[in-house]
Amino acid sequence: MKRMLAGLPLVLAAILGAFFLWGLDPERDPNDIPSVLISHPVPEFALDPVPGLDVPGLATADLSGNPGPVVVNVFASWCVPCKAEHAVLSRFVERDGVRLLGINYKDKPEDALRWLAELGNPYSAIGSDLDGRAGIEWGISGVPETFIVGGDGTVLYRYVGPIVGEDAVAKFTLALQQAQGGLS
Amino acid sequence: MRAVVLAVLLAVLPMLAQAVEPDEILADPALEARARVISKQLRCVVCQSQDIDSSNAGVARDLRLLVRERLTAGDSNAEVVDYIHARYGDFVLLKPPFTRRTVVLWLAPLVLIFAAVLTGGLSLSRARRRRTDAALDPEDEARIAAAMDRYKQGGSE
Repeated sequence: MKRMLAGLPLVLAAILGAFFLWGLDPERDPNDIPSVLISHPVPEFALDPVPGLDVPGLATADLSGNPGPVVVNVFASWCVPCKAEHAVLSRFVERDGVRLLGINYKDKPEDALRWLAELGNPYSAIGSDLDGRAGIEWGISGVPETFIVGGDGTVLYRYVGPIVGEDAVAKFTLALQQAQGGLS
Repeated sequence: MRAVVLAVLLAVLPMLAQAVEPDEILADPALEARARVISKQLRCVVCQSQDIDSSNAGVARDLRLLVRERLTAGDSNAEVVDYIHARYGDFVLLKPPFTRRTVVLWLAPLVLIFAAVLTGGLSLSRARRRRTDAALDPEDEARIAAAMDRYKQGGSE
């Protein structure tokens, strides 16, 4: 009994040490909010196109029956990081042939038009989410957020925040390749 | 005295500040009261340590409006919470449900309190036993009493 008790501090130290090691892991982000959508079908929503823009709106039906995974990006002209992310997303579209769909979150149509005219429009379809209700259906916490949706309409991946910088781009590219079945 | 009262009143003044804006408040006070109760149980997904009732974030406002919209549509409190829970997951609930994944979260405090009481009780009872062990035998008591007497007599001389 006594000998067992003598070993107790060591056992406690090992348990606490493992816990602290887990807590100190730089890969672990305590602010990370897990999405309930992953491996679920995309939520029900239907958004009208941005008035004056030559691409159609976006609805649940557009996200199923695609030949491959598509990328859904939530953006707004008032969102500064979105501007930086725009270049990255455009490159995905031009270089890799990614099909990019947009949800224009709580944005004035005229502002969105000006923003897209200035930077170019990489989106094949954009739904105008004026009251942010579609954003809630997608469970977003802010803009930008980017989802990868499988051809069958299943949400495969969610990225919170702008895909800017080497790490973020690498992470997203990997997720995209996994979604495409490692083909590209 | 008046200054103290004033200081206290000023100190608690910020507690009156709230994020709910006048245009959000429902006309029906009963529904509004229920909306406030629900809002206090839901976590703001942007600020994370605040409930949506006290958060000024845009998404928190949207969720407050959504809560009121569902209540007006005739949902029960539980249905409203379920509606938002389905979209944002456990994270949005300030009081997480008791599931297999949250067992540790719920039981750890109880286990820790039990362990603390157990070790505390053990060491206290051991200390008490040691104290009774340390009591002197009658022979020593008598010698000390004699020595004390001698000292007292010596002191009075």
